[in-house]
Amino acid sequence: MDSYALLVAATLSAGTVLALASLGLLVNEKAGIVNLGAEGMMLCAAIAGFATVVHTGNDWLGFAAGMAAGAVLAAAFGALTIWLNTNQYATGLALSLFGAGFSAFVGIGYVQEKLPPRPQFSVPVLGDTPLLGPALFQQHPLVYFAIALAAWLIWFLYRSRAGLVLRSVGESPSSAHALGYPVRWIRLAAVIAGGALCGLAGAYLSVIYTPLWIEGMVAGKGWIALALTTFGTWRPARVLLGAYLFGGVTMLQFHLQGTGIDVPSQFLTMLPYLATILVLALISRNPAWIRVNMPASLGKPFYPGS
Amino acid sequence: MDLKKRSMLKLGTLSALAAAAAVVGCSKTEAPAPTAAAPAASAAAPAPKAEPLKVAFAYVGPVGDGGWTFAHDNGRKAVEKEFGDKIKTSFVENVPESADAERVLRDMVGQGNKLVFGTTFGYMEPMLKVAKDHADVKFEHATGYKSAENLRAYDSRTYEGAYMAGVVAGKMTKTNTLGVVGSIPIPEVVRNINSFTLGAQSVNPKVKTKVVWVGDWFNPPKETEAATSLINGGADVLMQNTDSSAVLQTAEKMGKRAFGWDSDMSSYGPKAHLGSAVINWAPYYVSTVREALEGKWKTSPTKLWWGVKEGAIDFVSPAADVPDETKKRLDEIKAGLKDGSFVIWKGPIADNAGKEVLAKDKAADDAFLGGINFYVKGVEGKVPGGDKK
Repeated sequence: MDSYALLVAATLSAGTVLALASLGLLVNEKAGIVNLGAEGMMLCAAIAGFATVVHTGNDWLGFAAGMAAGAVLAAAFGALTIWLNTNQYATGLALSLFGAGFSAFVGIGYVQEKLPPRPQFSVPVLGDTPLLGPALFQQHPLVYFAIALAAWLIWFLYRSRAGLVLRSVGESPSSAHALGYPVRWIRLAAVIAGGALCGLAGAYLSVIYTPLWIEGMVAGKGWIALALTTFGTWRPARVLLGAYLFGGVTMLQFHLQGTGIDVPSQFLTMLPYLATILVLALISRNPAWIRVNMPASLGKPFYPGS
Repeated sequence: MDLKKRSMLKLGTLSALAAAAAVVGCSKTEAPAPTAAAPAASAAAPAPKAEPLKVAFAYVGPVGDGGWTFAHDNGRKAVEKEFGDKIKTSFVENVPESADAERVLRDMVGQGNKLVFGTTFGYMEPMLKVAKDHADVKFEHATGYKSAENLRAYDSRTYEGAYMAGVVAGKMTKTNTLGVVGSIPIPEVVRNINSFTLGAQSVNPKVKTKVVWVGDWFNPPKETEAATSLINGGADVLMQNTDSSAVLQTAEKMGKRAFGWDSDMSSYGPKAHLGSAVINWAPYYVSTVREALEGKWKTSPTKLWWGVKEGAIDFVSPAADVPDETKKRLDEIKAGLKDGSFVIWKGPIADNAGKEVLAKDKAADDAFLGGINFYVKGVEGKVPGGDKK
């Protein structure tokens, strides 16, 4: 049984990268903007965070640097798509490619760098309980932050006035505009918040999860996070579930391989994608729900006054 | 050696987001414009007498990958250092294993390179094609098995390093459970896993090895997850045949032990690191360039497979707590591999179903080693796809 507690611990840790990024993208998309640049933002944030920790030795400064890197790139993306009305999909892809190249360029000198010894965390008292302690209460604070963030987003999006305004901007920007809300600025704020969270995910990856920097190390997690927002039908709780599900099935398939079961590893490699899509699709099998949850103006440009 | 190397360029496809990934995939083929980068420092001034020999390297990944391509580029630098202004080297990074490879190779020839190294398995066919059209240019292909009048294949016996790591692992494990993070289940990698296990069994018959495949040469997050699950499954010493140092760092984080692979990774995990099984391409590159300079280069029907004997493979930086007798044993193995008195793959060897694959006192030849698709006794599970033959 002990190994299952460890499996849970690993799942929480593995799902956190995806959870942070996909919750950020959720905020983004609730405002009606699709940012396909997640992978690029995460890569830039990964090197920004890693380099900062190499030089300062402070993980929290590293997270801040990662968030700043993500926010700056997102702001550039926002300026292009919201004011210059460039195509969101093309601009996002360009951002991904730029981020991959730029992070590699900036990161050349950091390929063989290493971080100071990584800290261990444990919640007092609870962390010492047998079985559950190691699984649930000896995680990095950002793991709990991701869960808290999802909870807060549920309240923010559906119970607060600011959240209502944010959603209205994604549903019907012209109505929000007519009501006097600064649609473009609200969208920009959402895009920057999304970028900062993707940045936090990237920095968590390079500073805590896989403490190293190598070109292209995000290895597709940004794309998975993008998929999770859609398959989670833009609901914070489902997106969080999807992130853990993906992390969990990934860990489970390694676990199964390690126990020497007789299933082709190629099949197991496919399993996390399949299982996540399947479960999330089943949860939201009513197509009407997806339509209801999907921001009506997602991906559509908004020209005030036209 | 099959599928070699580096699906780095396909990182995007991993995402399973067909559309988005496809765009990443094809843009990657465009992004690194094949401009010959990094002019040789020493070649700035025009050579007064003889024209320098122009040598080009095509890399599948970025020089900054810290693993495979990084090691090749160290070899290139060694060549520059050795021959100074007698040669002029250049390289192109991120050359995909596709039609673009041929374009880049032709471009290299067009720029006057007379010796061209292609450092990944997937360049084999393009190199054969280009070689046929340019008889005056010498081609060198890493990890391939085909040759021509002006094309030669070369490779490294990485399994010798894996064996030596195994000797250390067998001594240092407390749970008698070793873990290996595998990349792609091809004979080369399976051979390394087996050799690692054979090395461990030579000092500790009780060890067993668990294997987890990540299906990628380079994917640090997945390598981390695989290493975590092996440790959770009871393994306390890890080995990997993937490109990053993620496995070593996971061991460091979780208080277990692990090895470096391809290059010396001791600095990545000072507490966890038990030693590194490294490839040194420099001796081969230096010797090949010397042959070319002296007009002695000639092709070979079989690939030139270099190991400890030629200085291409080594086990370096053993940890301080590795017992002296084990360190001495490593020296004996190295000496034995050098003078040919020690053979790693020598019978009796049985696969993990109990079938004898190598009879007593029979040494495996290179053809046998090149086609290994079974686990030896002590490795748990089954080689993915190992049944079909």
